[in-house]
Amino acid sequence: MSAHATVLPRWIDVGLLPLWNLAIALAVTGLVVLAIGQSPLDALAVLIPGALGSVRGLGYTLYYTTTFIFAGLAVAVASHGGLFNIGGEGQATVGGLGVALVGLWLGSALPAWAMLPLVVLAAALFGMAWAAIPAYLQAWRGSHIVITTIMFNFLAASLNVYLLVNWLRPKGSMAVESAEFAASARMPALHELAANFGVELPSSPLNLSLILALGACVFVQWFLWKSAAGYAVRAVGSAPRAAHYAGIKPRAQVLIAMGLSGALAGMIAVNEISGVQGKLTLDFVAGAGFTGIAVSLMGRNHPVGIILASLLFGVLYQGGVEVSFELPGFSREMVVTAQGLIVLFAGAMATVSVPMFAKVYGKFGGARHG
Amino acid sequence: MDEVLIGSVLASTLRLTTPLLLCALAGLVAERSGVVDIGLEGKMLFAAFAAAAAASVSQSTGLGLMAAIAVACALSLLHGFACVTHRGDQVISGVAINMVAAGLTVVLGIAWFAQGGQTPPVDASVRLTALVPAYAEPLAGHWFDTVIGHGLLSHNILVYVAFALVGGMWFFLQRTKPGLRLRAVGENPAMVDAAGVSVPLLRYGALLINGALCGLAGSYLVLAQNASFSANMTAGRGFIALAAMIFGKWKPLPTMFACLLFGFLDALAIRMQGVALPAALGGGEVPVQLIQALPYLLTVILLAGFIGQALAPKALGRPYVKER
Repeated sequence: MSAHATVLPRWIDVGLLPLWNLAIALAVTGLVVLAIGQSPLDALAVLIPGALGSVRGLGYTLYYTTTFIFAGLAVAVASHGGLFNIGGEGQATVGGLGVALVGLWLGSALPAWAMLPLVVLAAALFGMAWAAIPAYLQAWRGSHIVITTIMFNFLAASLNVYLLVNWLRPKGSMAVESAEFAASARMPALHELAANFGVELPSSPLNLSLILALGACVFVQWFLWKSAAGYAVRAVGSAPRAAHYAGIKPRAQVLIAMGLSGALAGMIAVNEISGVQGKLTLDFVAGAGFTGIAVSLMGRNHPVGIILASLLFGVLYQGGVEVSFELPGFSREMVVTAQGLIVLFAGAMATVSVPMFAKVYGKFGGARHG
Repeated sequence: MDEVLIGSVLASTLRLTTPLLLCALAGLVAERSGVVDIGLEGKMLFAAFAAAAAASVSQSTGLGLMAAIAVACALSLLHGFACVTHRGDQVISGVAINMVAAGLTVVLGIAWFAQGGQTPPVDASVRLTALVPAYAEPLAGHWFDTVIGHGLLSHNILVYVAFALVGGMWFFLQRTKPGLRLRAVGENPAMVDAAGVSVPLLRYGALLINGALCGLAGSYLVLAQNASFSANMTAGRGFIALAAMIFGKWKPLPTMFACLLFGFLDALAIRMQGVALPAALGGGEVPVQLIQALPYLLTVILLAGFIGQALAPKALGRPYVKER
């Protein structure tokens, strides 16, 4: 694999190859659409305008994008530390718990300017704590982070059900969800803000969390490539023994990488719970933690790539909902299928096409270098 | 009434253990050959869909089983193509299989049957039936009929096949040449390669056995446990099976005991729904979620080395690159 990587120039390796793999995944999705007797072109004709063609559709698309940016960044940061965080789902769930506890406890007492930073902090800290346990177990007790984070997803789900059913559900309520938070604990929606300035926007779940997500991208970019702490994380991720020799403590880096990763995953709850639901619900993460894996693979673990990949998945999710409304027999799970195929072709089988590219490049472009 | 309680808990423990056991053995054989398999969940789910679709349309148990095994084997081969042939990341490939299965089963279900992702129910005549129908219900006052009869003998053939396969797997891994090679390839593939045995071939072989077992696990869900396929019906069982395999330290017999423990916890959780705690423990309802979370919790504690040590096969998760 590495032998090929040196042959290919950067623009093929970082630019063309991921696009090629994405194209294969989408082509196979198209074949699936054909196989169930639908027309991929008809689906696209509904999907694109549904996601991007109206202000309302765009609002939904960007709302999904927000969640996926957090999820993708979470996977990427862990990945730079040489860790595979498959537990975004659980960390986001526990982040939601943090948001709910702060929102229910202080929501009626504090104004929004004090409340919203607290909500963000609670989501990040709870997510961080939930990721720190597997990180500790990996670094000090030698258990495998993939397995532990999978187990922690289920533990988080059980914890959420238990707390909702037994403690957070208002007395006499049948629905398994918490009471609604006070308005000050709710991340303002964009159409509400716009209304304050006299601009009329159609209502959508898009809220200020998008700004937070973009801020997180800037922070992750700075942290990984400009800060000493981020350098240590990346050093341990790519060459643990060399890093150790250089005086970096590998165990601490596992904790830092996973802690930041968990905090980012926890902030999914800012968008979903504080921004949209306004109360803690069951299963609000809805697989976003796993979408983060696809996003980070597509985005090559880089914040800019992650924004682009999140936008792509935002379009697919929002457009997929529209398609399932418009075309009978078409289910929105097609998007989950597409997502799985993208993980397969852009992740697990990412290097399958490398020899072909190397051959073509060697014949045409690479000849000059001898 | 004790005999009814014991008999019915025993019976439901065995029923709930069976799919876990088949799936855990599937994971075991793949991981002993050095291939990580977190796609168990997806393979079991897709196999369940295939079994339900084929059995309800063709009205044939055999076709249902065959479809399930074929689909699960196809997914296993895909895993092998990505990870053994092209040395892709085994965890990511497993994640992809889980996603594709979760999505595609619903997409196909809606397109083919238009019942919101469900398949039509599998006809009772096609479903797997109890070997000894006389013991179908527990009988108060009859200890033998209830505990031995209902508890142990009232099951369908797949239950006994699953438990027989534990012995079969042990024999295969410990006493046969291919089994020995399979274990060797999970510990030290370079050595196996040096001995002139193909590493990819052994790993593909292990993945085919893995597929067949996942197929059986999925079939069990729709041909014995439930009447039809519904979206995401595996509900994490594949991951519990993975946990059981780790809990069983990648060995057949301990894995069976882990599956029995997790199956028992599942049976207990169903039975304890809404039951009050004794006053000594503070009263209130038994927290069912805690019982359901126990398999995951126990596995985390075990992996952390607090109860014994779980050592994975040495070459687990490492793609083999042939030396030149």
